Amino acid sequence: MSQQEPIQEMICISCPLGCHLSLYKDETDKLTVTGNKCKRGVVYAEEEFYAPKRVVTCTCRAESTVLPRLPVRTTTSLPKEHIDALLKAAYELTVKPPVACGQVLIEDFNGTGVNLIASMSLGADR
Amino acid sequence: MKELHYDVLVIGAGAGGLAAAAEVAKHDATCALVERESHLGGILIQCIHNGFGLEEYKEELTGPEFAERLAVEVRNSAVDVYTDTTVTQLETDTDDGLKIAYCFSAVYGVIRISARAVVLAMGCRERNRGNIRTPGTRPAGVYTAGLAQRLVNIEGYIPGKDVVIVGSGDIGLIMARRMTWVGATVHAVIEIQPYPSGLTRNIVQCLNDFDIPLYLSHVVSRIEGRDRVEKVRVSPLDNGIPDEDNSFDIPCDTLLLSVGLVPENELSKEAGVDINPQTNGALVDSTMMTSVDGVFSCGNVLHVHDLADWVAEEARRTGRYAVQYLRNKRPNRQVRIKAGANVRYINPTMFDPDNPDKLYFRSLIVKNQAKLHLKLDHNPVKEVKMSHIQPSEMLHVNLKPKDVASWNIMKDSVLEVSVE
Amino acid sequence: MASTDRSTARADVAIIGAGLSGSCIARQLSAYELDTVLLEKECDVSLGVSRANSGIVHGGFHHNLKYLKSRLEIRGNLMYDRLQRELDFPFKRCGILVVALNDEEMKYIDHLYTQGLENGAIGIEMCSRERMFELEPKLNSDCVGGLHAPGGGVLEPYRFVFSVVESAKKNGVEVLTKFEVERAERANEHYTIHAADGRTVEARYVVNAAGLYADRVSSIFGAEEFTITPRKGEYYLLDRATQAGPQRVLFPVPTKVSKGMLVIPTVEGTVLIGPTAEEIEDKEDLSTNADQLAQILDQARKMVPKVSQTDVITAFSGLRPASGDGDFYIDISKKAPNFIQVAGIQSPGLTAAPAIGEYVKDLLKKAGCSLSEKSDYDPFISKLPRIRDVSPYEADALVASNPAYGNVVCRCEEISEAEIVEAIKRGHATLDGVKYFTRAGMGRCQGGFCSYKIMKLLMRETGMSYREIQKRGAGTELLQDAL
Repeated sequence: MSQQEPIQEMICISCPLGCHLSLYKDETDKLTVTGNKCKRGVVYAEEEFYAPKRVVTCTCRAESTVLPRLPVRTTTSLPKEHIDALLKAAYELTVKPPVACGQVLIEDFNGTGVNLIASMSLGADR
Repeated sequence: MKELHYDVLVIGAGAGGLAAAAEVAKHDATCALVERESHLGGILIQCIHNGFGLEEYKEELTGPEFAERLAVEVRNSAVDVYTDTTVTQLETDTDDGLKIAYCFSAVYGVIRISARAVVLAMGCRERNRGNIRTPGTRPAGVYTAGLAQRLVNIEGYIPGKDVVIVGSGDIGLIMARRMTWVGATVHAVIEIQPYPSGLTRNIVQCLNDFDIPLYLSHVVSRIEGRDRVEKVRVSPLDNGIPDEDNSFDIPCDTLLLSVGLVPENELSKEAGVDINPQTNGALVDSTMMTSVDGVFSCGNVLHVHDLADWVAEEARRTGRYAVQYLRNKRPNRQVRIKAGANVRYINPTMFDPDNPDKLYFRSLIVKNQAKLHLKLDHNPVKEVKMSHIQPSEMLHVNLKPKDVASWNIMKDSVLEVSVE
Repeated sequence: MASTDRSTARADVAIIGAGLSGSCIARQLSAYELDTVLLEKECDVSLGVSRANSGIVHGGFHHNLKYLKSRLEIRGNLMYDRLQRELDFPFKRCGILVVALNDEEMKYIDHLYTQGLENGAIGIEMCSRERMFELEPKLNSDCVGGLHAPGGGVLEPYRFVFSVVESAKKNGVEVLTKFEVERAERANEHYTIHAADGRTVEARYVVNAAGLYADRVSSIFGAEEFTITPRKGEYYLLDRATQAGPQRVLFPVPTKVSKGMLVIPTVEGTVLIGPTAEEIEDKEDLSTNADQLAQILDQARKMVPKVSQTDVITAFSGLRPASGDGDFYIDISKKAPNFIQVAGIQSPGLTAAPAIGEYVKDLLKKAGCSLSEKSDYDPFISKLPRIRDVSPYEADALVASNPAYGNVVCRCEEISEAEIVEAIKRGHATLDGVKYFTRAGMGRCQGGFCSYKIMKLLMRETGMSYREIQKRGAGTELLQDAL
């Protein structure tokens, strides 16, 4: 291992141990990870470095007298660079109940393959 | 006055109450579930983030999704659900052993529900500024994190734009991210302990992702602002005392407090239930029954949980025990359990050698490669390796029948649980 | 409390300040054929000195009869039973104990006892150590004896003021809030009083009951020069479940500076400890301070060792309007015509308030204001039903009459939607206003669960947008944006 500065440091969140990881790149641009106590640390570091993604949860407007906001979520984690746009799209959305938990509200957001779905069922106003 | 009778009354329809009621209904006992909100699911409905269900459903769900699974179970059962209904009084000192609850409902008026057994599942309230005695002015803009969460996630209001958060427990961390995602600026999270109390995952995804600084071993020592919060004084702790000389101010208009939860046991206390000072919840035996015959307790009102999954698990068992109580099936004997070295508390505080079950407990220490020791009358009877323990993560151990069968249990035996 | 322009003719009497003194004067005057207007600078009544104090009806032994405050204290104390029957406020004559922790202090008890006898304090007794423990088992074992004044009691000061103002309004007094007196001039036997927002009121007589700002008001009218110095008192409030709740109000032996820090069983069942006494400069400074608060716990524990900081649910402070020699300054002005001063009303201001009403009425008469009694004066106000005060069966009937009684909004204090709506209808249209009127938000969770419900009710009942909902007046808006 050459005595270089790590290009990034992060905490692995794969398990509660929370290993502090240091990431290095050598001349061939290969990524090396140290500080991990198991293989999952390397997988996490690579994903987090090359393509960090997050599950996004927020709310959108619901035309309902029962609950004014409907909780929504992305089906899987979304590349970080799309988060702000997704939040904006969700906040501009208005859903008219009835809506079922899991119902797709925005499909394939920005071509990422990730859907925005309702996180709760909301019945129609009586 | 409307008078109703049920075998079991469950108070509170959060994760605990829903699971307990669903379980009771499976065993052919009549059950009333009383909930003060209009919706089922309790606090889960405003916990719109994910991280729920990994244990219970082997899926990663949001709070509302988790609640919906339980709510559907209840709606598909014979449980009578009363929402928008608040229990204001619980009488247990009756001649016939029935428990009487008076419940307020705008629809029904005051309902008198009598029941042979009661399951307390009222959850927690948040500790607030008064409890932590933060001096200063009393401006608008000071909220507990849960109240802010309700305002943002359910009502759709944003309390403020420049936020400081006290407490690095999960609620505070989640709100740091939530406030950022609704367009506010979170300037800092202030934590009194030398280590963060929430999950590392939340430190990464709620603070690091947004470059929100975390000040460990710091407190907000003063709130300033006449009409609205204008700034807070943040002080490092020096031997537990705020260090005035190294204090600094953070201008802000909103202070969110995530400084702990307190089980809501006022109804329980009024009903004569003995409280465990370690947990602020009821003292319960191996069947989750309190000091009052036929009154059971589970979920956050028994002890503050971290995972809704464990709340549901504990509540299902409690529902089953309530049903057994109805059938006069009580343990023949119970053995006292004691919290030993480095353990803050254990729940329940007794076990039934003929039907040993799961014990939940909390460690006082942070450690990797830790060991859990069970000793019966000072003799080691079980040892379990635990890869990582910390005070903010509830732990559990299953007492297995084949283990217990080999123990030499005597009349006044005591089981001690310790970690190192 | 409507704050519209006053369209009617000039008033006979304008009272400046709707605190304990001003309100009691207003109610007293409302029994006469007089056109009385009550002016208040805040958005609601009782938000100045009267908002935060110990809530004690004193036992009549602390001050010598030579002081006006002592004579009015004794007279006022006796008026409270009748007032409670007429008005809708909780009051409990629980009694007062002054606790002596050593023989030195017992000598002072002797002096208080003698003074109490002279003053005519009913039932006052010197107590042996044994008698003290009989009256209050939670006392510190260091107690060697003390004084028992069964005539003392407790109430919630703002609830009392709300009731008094309501009674005054019922009998024709007009209340103008958000009316901050900025200047005044006199011509043709009357004053024209100008508010900061441009409204004006004309009145033949003016009563200055402006609390912390009585000096400023006096100056505006060209009356006597004096200074009101704010004297801050900080308090801790303990949960009603505390082990430390005494049955009677506990006083230490007083010092020259103050009556000391007390342990007070409030009329609603919580426990108040304090107040401190600190002269400050800023009349708007209501902040609490760590060192002051620490003193409170220390002092309280000297009397009741069980006082525990884990029982604290909130801290707050109040300001006393200190002036001159510490006695009440209630007199006809010698400088400004037809101007009555009611200033420097510190403790026992609450106790004396009803008597101040009478006294000022007499001063007005002396100043030439003719008083002829109203034949239709009604001292009673209707008592508002509160679900916490009734049995479940009575509550059931209430819900049948109005379903909003069945919606429990504040669980900690058991307050229904109907009561909150009533508070809003009566003009208490802020979060704190609702809190002071109903107690919603004063319990152990301190509004953690009910605040958002009250905000929504405020919006629904007043039509205010979310941006306009305030904690207690302009600048205290609670919600900044919406999704």
